[in-house]
Amino acid sequence: MIELREVSKRLGGRQILDGMTLAVPKGMNFVLMGPSGSGKSVTLKHVIGILRPDSGSVQVDGQEVPAMGRTQLMALRRRMGYLFQNGALINWLSVEDNVALPLREHGRLGRDETRDRVHEVLRMVRMDHAAAQYPPSISGGMRLRTGLARALVTKPEYVLYDEPNAGLDPIISKQIHELIVEVRDQLGVTGLIVTHSRACAVQCGDRIGILDQGRLGIEGTVDELVHSEHPLARAFLHGGTD
Amino acid sequence: MSVLTAVGRQLGARIDAAGYVVDLLLRSGLALHRLPRRIRFTLDMAFNAGVRSLPVTLVVAAFAGAILAMQTGIELRRFGDTAILGTITALSMCREMGPFITGVILAATVGSSMAAEVGTMNVSDEVAALEVMSVDPVDYLVVPRVVALAVMCPTLTVLSNLVGIYGGSVIAEHNLGVSPDLYWISAREALTSSGTALPKEVYVGLFKAVVFGIAVSIVSCASGLRASGGALGVGLAVQAAVRNSVILIIVLGFIVTWFFYFLAG
Repeated sequence: MIELREVSKRLGGRQILDGMTLAVPKGMNFVLMGPSGSGKSVTLKHVIGILRPDSGSVQVDGQEVPAMGRTQLMALRRRMGYLFQNGALINWLSVEDNVALPLREHGRLGRDETRDRVHEVLRMVRMDHAAAQYPPSISGGMRLRTGLARALVTKPEYVLYDEPNAGLDPIISKQIHELIVEVRDQLGVTGLIVTHSRACAVQCGDRIGILDQGRLGIEGTVDELVHSEHPLARAFLHGGTD
Repeated sequence: MSVLTAVGRQLGARIDAAGYVVDLLLRSGLALHRLPRRIRFTLDMAFNAGVRSLPVTLVVAAFAGAILAMQTGIELRRFGDTAILGTITALSMCREMGPFITGVILAATVGSSMAAEVGTMNVSDEVAALEVMSVDPVDYLVVPRVVALAVMCPTLTVLSNLVGIYGGSVIAEHNLGVSPDLYWISAREALTSSGTALPKEVYVGLFKAVVFGIAVSIVSCASGLRASGGALGVGLAVQAAVRNSVILIIVLGFIVTWFFYFLAG
């Protein structure tokens, strides 16, 4: 379980998080919405230990993340995947090598096992055909799917998705949403998804929380929020398809 | 905001940046033992650095040697002592000009490219992606670049020295009337008369080149790793990398010369 309690964080002279409290139970996709600059990505970076809170508590499975040393943090990160907005692939590595990177760096598998595991996740995200290609020559959707494969290759318990459909057309976005749901349902992975997209929230989420002034302004199941008259819910979840 | 506050802030930012460079240097030193895992990447980096900067280094070195011979020769001719032109050109190239020229050109070509590469990776979350995969960016990105330049800078310096001395010989022969034999004999004697395997001028020059290679790569990577704010931030990082590298090359060049010729004798 991912748990944030009363987390506050000030960055660049601005209060980004101000008493943020959030709980993501295991096996669930939790969608975090909010305006640009409201602290959604900052929340993810606290969970993975890239940022430390000024005050408050960030826990994963009962372990306090900010208190972790380097070794503990590395161990935690091996249990987590992180899908960045644009995939954040290394440009000089092929799709296959990008996905293999975390396995090779930590030397946990032999060469053949690594290759098998890499192709297994590439097949899952429908990228097996492009394994030899390089990031600059593939589309945004393919980069995201490769990023997702890289996040999944270590068999994580949690995946943090940072704007998984930013800049994608609705068809490719839908494919990404289906993959996120598949990851939860078939692999039992817990997801924390940061998005602006109503479609992403409704299709991928079990619960939705909407950030307002550095903390959750409203939280509930997808059904509750879609039908809520709360101004935040109306602003983010009512209306068009996206 | 008062002037004093603004100056204080600027000073604080500079000290912070300098501290980051020193920290990165130390962390790179501590991560050196993992270099064998990155040997292929390091060799690629070294090859690229060499290929990218070799033509311009050689052209500049040839002209620097020629200028050196010309300027010195004009004065020596007044005293009728052009016989020592080869000695002066060879010593100046090996001790100062060769490493300096190579360092500055590496800063402008390879250092700027390093800052741009690492900076772009930083602003597009690739460095953060390495961190969340528990891959140390210093070990993965910085150490291979530092080792590549620490090897390539002295290698290019040797070539610069040779080409610079040759550039001087052309001027000596055609403009100052010094016979090629005399020029090359005096140059060779200057570089072999110390009785040691490597004359002091050569090893001090090569040591400087290693220091410059490390300085350029660390400063460039540090600028890239601190880049923020998209393309504009990357541009500023490149600018800072080249500016700070050139300043460091001049300051470190002075310190190394002072150390070997005045402090250590």
